[in-house]
Amino acid sequence: MIAFWILAVIMLGSAIWCISASKPVYSVVALLLHFAALAAMYLTLNAEFLAVIQLIVYSGAILILFLFVIALLSSGVASFSVGPNRLPRIAIPAIVLIALALGFFTYAMGHAGAVVPAAQAGSPLGPVGTADVFGSVNDFGKALFTSYLLPFEITALLLMVAVIGVILLAGDHAPYVATRKHAAEVRREMREAILREGRQ
Amino acid sequence: MPDWLIILIKSAILLLVVVTTFAYAMLAERKVLGWMQLRPGPNRVGPWGLMQPAADAAKLILKEDLTPRTADPLIYRLAPFISLLTAFSVYAVIPFGASNAGVWAIGTPNAGILFLLAITSIGVYGITLGGWASGSKYPLLGSVRATAQMISYELGMSLSFIGVLLLAGTTSLDGIVSAQEKWWFIIPQFVGFIVYIITAVAETNRVPFDLVEAETELVAGFHTEYSGLRFGLFFIAEYVNMLTVSCIASLLFLGGWNAPFGILPMVPGVVWFILKVAFFMFFYMWLRATLPRFRYDRLMAFGWKVLLPLATLNLVVTAIIVAFLGH
Amino acid sequence: MRKQLYNVGAILKGLSITFRFMFAKRPTIEYPSVKKQHAPRFHGLHELRRYADGKERCIGCELCSSACPANAITVIGAENTPEDRKSPGERHAARYEIDELRCIFCGMCEEACPTDAIVLTPRFEMSDYKRGALIYSKDRLLVPADAGVGAAPDERPNGIPGDLGRVAEIKSTTDIERGYSATNRGEILKKQTRGLAILPPQREDV
Repeated sequence: MIAFWILAVIMLGSAIWCISASKPVYSVVALLLHFAALAAMYLTLNAEFLAVIQLIVYSGAILILFLFVIALLSSGVASFSVGPNRLPRIAIPAIVLIALALGFFTYAMGHAGAVVPAAQAGSPLGPVGTADVFGSVNDFGKALFTSYLLPFEITALLLMVAVIGVILLAGDHAPYVATRKHAAEVRREMREAILREGRQ
Repeated sequence: MPDWLIILIKSAILLLVVVTTFAYAMLAERKVLGWMQLRPGPNRVGPWGLMQPAADAAKLILKEDLTPRTADPLIYRLAPFISLLTAFSVYAVIPFGASNAGVWAIGTPNAGILFLLAITSIGVYGITLGGWASGSKYPLLGSVRATAQMISYELGMSLSFIGVLLLAGTTSLDGIVSAQEKWWFIIPQFVGFIVYIITAVAETNRVPFDLVEAETELVAGFHTEYSGLRFGLFFIAEYVNMLTVSCIASLLFLGGWNAPFGILPMVPGVVWFILKVAFFMFFYMWLRATLPRFRYDRLMAFGWKVLLPLATLNLVVTAIIVAFLGH
Repeated sequence: MRKQLYNVGAILKGLSITFRFMFAKRPTIEYPSVKKQHAPRFHGLHELRRYADGKERCIGCELCSSACPANAITVIGAENTPEDRKSPGERHAARYEIDELRCIFCGMCEEACPTDAIVLTPRFEMSDYKRGALIYSKDRLLVPADAGVGAAPDERPNGIPGDLGRVAEIKSTTDIERGYSATNRGEILKKQTRGLAILPPQREDV
């Protein structure tokens, strides 16, 4: 419980820091802190696998790419440019949404039964040793590849589509060539086109 | 004794051991490099230069701690600690000997190997942030290279792990080692072993993959602007990471604390483990004395077009064999 | 594929070479504790010699100064008086200064000297904390009156200065017989590939 409160404060604080930081890199660092605290929170909930995957995927891969882009654009040193203050315009919708969400959650909490018995969340420092507890690798793997196989595969397909899309959008624009002979033809055509129309 | 006290004491001992190992690994590296280049290596401080680490530490502590005017002070100061923290926290899950009573490890979590991967994947932040925050061009180039290189090679590394996990049928390091009592995984997972060794060198930014701090092109790469103790922290992190990947290689592929062919049963397992780790550390130094640095585009092409397909192929073949033959 | 295999073989070969070198004989001379034996005519710190009767050889002719390519030598001559004869001739050097920071140790002064007064000794350890301390004047260059006459290069026994401490026993890197120090890397490598046979000194340059 103490761990929960400490982590909750860290997570809220870092989330606020993340969206209010003056430099993009500070936002990344805040988000990193947030992810780390979130992983620790998963650990206290016995979701060992989820905690680790949170670190590997979000902190280790996605966030580092954010950082990569920020560093490459070298805008990291400069602060965000200050635009017109739009806070008044979003304040009222935000408050309404928050109130709605809070209301919904209180309603849901009141009507749902206890989902996970708290006693199962053994030691506060995370599960050690045992193989088949809730949230362990075995448990997670079985659920993922039996009950949730279809959503999992569909997600994989979606991601694949996204990857192919990125290659099409951002890949180099040389025409696709299937064979070496074809490649020579394409090159000759391009050469002739350049000769006809002059250099671009 | 309460649990937390035991963990605290173990952590303190382990910290001491790892830092001492770092100090003498550094000395050993300079010695080995020296010998391979027909030099005697450091031999001025103490007998055979054995006090050299102490002298180096004193020098680093006494040096001025500089922060460039263009640097981002907060992140510039934070970065070495991120490197160090991730480098050390890995040792929370590495078992050094048969840990049936939990004596030789701080924690033996079920997802030990995944925890290792998670922590090492965060390690890149120290280098990236440090290079970026220096506010100067060479560190920035070094850190951008570091990011790309470490992300690319992490994939191959993780895939080379999975073959071992399939054979062992568990993700706990303890379980993986006990699964190797008969056969070390280097034999059925030879391809995975090769991929792991190569990616491990790249992950720790060592020669021939040390483009992150390529001194002929980037002065000193990401830590060009760092001096004194902050540079020292990066330095410690690099060597501790070397030690970590050596430990993982021994645990995953060389049977951890299992004696080769079950010989000499009276030698405690931890001795075998230390010998194996020492071999890998030596191998690192050996590589450094032998190989020149990769060109950057070749490094990337090698990672994505050779290692990754190789690791995937290895994984698929292993999976098929395990599915049809059982463990 | 064959090329890739060849590359792997090349890496293994490289590893084997570095491994072998780890146990090879190292040519290092651990300098401050062990010192190298110099050739007899090694060009080191200068010395102003005396005659057997204690008189200075230098006659203040400034030939060394004009021969010096680095303009490192300053000589101001003066007449000898009957009461105070410093040298056998008519003149002596009232001031004799060599800036050892400018000196290139070429030995032209030695060759120019008509009385063999200035010679280069094999002493070479003369580092100091101040620049001024490296301008050697007559009081430091002249052989002390009670220390004999100073040795000409031809009279020196194999060029080992007396204050050099333990002298390295160097078999592989220095060829004393050839008259100069040869840290000849090619020679060392040749030895290592043939085991540790010591090659006879090559004489074609004599």
